[in-house]
Amino acid sequence: MNESKGRFGIHGGQYIPETLMNAVIELEKAYEHYKNDPDFQRELSDLLNSYAGRPSLLYYAQKLTRTLGGAKIYLKREDLNHTGSHKINNVLGQALLAKKMGKTRLIAETGAGQHGVATATAAALLGMECVVFMGEEDTKRQALNVYRMKLLGSKVVPVTSGTATLKDAVSEAMREWTSRIDDTHYCLGSVMGPHPFPTIVRDFQAVISKEAREQILEYEGRLPDAVIACVGGGSNAIGSFYNFIGDESVRLIGCEAAGRGIDTFETAATVNTGRLGIFHGMKSYFCQDEYGQIAPVYSISAGLDYPGIGPEHAHLHDIGRAEYVPVTDDEAVEAFEFLSRTEGIIPAIESAHAVAYAMKLAPEMDKDKIIIVTISGRGDKDCAAIARYRGEDIYE
Amino acid sequence: MSKIKEAFAGGKAFIPFVTCGDPDLETTARLVREMAARGADLIELGIPFSDPTAEGPVIQGANIRALSGGVTTDKIFALVEELRRDVSIPLVFMTYANVVYSYGAERFISTCQRIGIDGLILPDLPFEEKDEFLPVCRKYGVDLISLIAPTSADRIAMIAKEAEGFIYIVSSLGVTGVRSEITTDISKLVSVIRENTDIPCAVGFGISTPEQAARMSQHADGVIVGSAIVRQIAELGKDSPAPVGEYVAKMKSAIS
Repeated sequence: MNESKGRFGIHGGQYIPETLMNAVIELEKAYEHYKNDPDFQRELSDLLNSYAGRPSLLYYAQKLTRTLGGAKIYLKREDLNHTGSHKINNVLGQALLAKKMGKTRLIAETGAGQHGVATATAAALLGMECVVFMGEEDTKRQALNVYRMKLLGSKVVPVTSGTATLKDAVSEAMREWTSRIDDTHYCLGSVMGPHPFPTIVRDFQAVISKEAREQILEYEGRLPDAVIACVGGGSNAIGSFYNFIGDESVRLIGCEAAGRGIDTFETAATVNTGRLGIFHGMKSYFCQDEYGQIAPVYSISAGLDYPGIGPEHAHLHDIGRAEYVPVTDDEAVEAFEFLSRTEGIIPAIESAHAVAYAMKLAPEMDKDKIIIVTISGRGDKDCAAIARYRGEDIYE
Repeated sequence: MSKIKEAFAGGKAFIPFVTCGDPDLETTARLVREMAARGADLIELGIPFSDPTAEGPVIQGANIRALSGGVTTDKIFALVEELRRDVSIPLVFMTYANVVYSYGAERFISTCQRIGIDGLILPDLPFEEKDEFLPVCRKYGVDLISLIAPTSADRIAMIAKEAEGFIYIVSSLGVTGVRSEITTDISKLVSVIRENTDIPCAVGFGISTPEQAARMSQHADGVIVGSAIVRQIAELGKDSPAPVGEYVAKMKSAIS
């Protein structure tokens, strides 16, 4: 009897080479053990609180709310975490787990560089070797993050295969893992890939909605009407949604990168333009052609520039529990500038996709309604690219 | 007896791999005929995939060349149909799960039966996920080939017991590509396999020289060579069939 593990409805599974099967089985066993181990949980909480700066603020964006003239908007400030994004939540968990498993080396893929920087940081802190795979195209778009990773003691490998972006970085990290398993943990950055990664990463990111739920109950005495987050692979979104899934009254909205629009080929909006497939270890929705060749997706945001979506999101879409909406480059850049001006908060261009949708939705809602928008990361890394987008060359 | 077993009936089998459409489908057809004539016992036909995560740089390059040349699954089906007029040795497809899934498992695998494809190798379909395609493969008499890796350890018996066609032994960790040295103890892998099944096993990943092939064939029933052939095709393009045929003859005689 064959048993396929890690399913979310029909999605998920473990579609990986035989060479890696015992590695993911070992990881699953270790995770099942340590997730119930009070010492591990205490160690992780200490790191999250004293090193990463949790809990993150839930900030009432009064000026943004007033300017838009509708629902009350709260921002979940993952941008204030150490290393500047939500990625650190997952990385500290996985790095600690890897260390308990006796691994001495971390490898990771990165798109915008946020997950790479977080992994390099954890490796530095915990005394582990670290190699980060990054699409060559992205090393140019995100040169500052490449330098940060090197400064933290990691090696950065530019990936030239395929489209030289995030999906190719994932492929290359998988290839590297098949060649060196004994001492190496693949610290996957999103809720994707083969089981148990989508579950492990979700559990480590669920701290976002655990805190947000407590915070909003404390501030408002009630649950929000909507939670909005950007979705590439979907780790900050699943983290933002998870503890609200059982609260039927809370709309869960994932914002996909539509690039130049979902009616063009230059898009990365997986749920809106993709179809069911099997890739990178999982069954889910993927942007692909009629023969199953993975599409060369596009978004201004290197972190959302991925042709798939995590299997749990695919399932939440199937059952209608979460909505996935497309947001274009133009809309995201406008939101990037708008939030900077109105609240003095420069969001990551990824997070700006979520802000952009909140700007559409809030004015349509009554003033007594409440929206939580997750600001998954800070936008310093994007300033040069956005300046270029606006036709201005700046020198760092 | 499945047609694949015939490939192993006359002694050690030599199994070359080519990516269909690299550099073009006419050359692929000439390569297949040449290899069959020069001693190949079974041929692995690669259907290119945009993101071949189990391949090293050499076969990745072949995938890119083939896809940018406009090759599609349908064109490859037509190629096989044409080859089957005169090529009688077993042929198997090697591709990735999404190529089959996206085409529709029923539609893909029934076409395999119709055009004379004997087996399917999907490196991203481990034992736990094989039910994705196995029932359809059984329905149409196409063998779903199982892979066993140096890390399989306690999984070998479980995989071997349910294996069909032949077992593909992955010689080394990592991705496909030529290696100067293969350190895995193949004889040990084979002996565990033998305790659980009598279907043939062939070793692949990293083999390029007649000496390596001879050594591997002491333990296994066949030897699979991919990157070493694809590299010659990358260099010689349309002129590759004759030299590749020479190479196949040399490798076949090294294991005979």
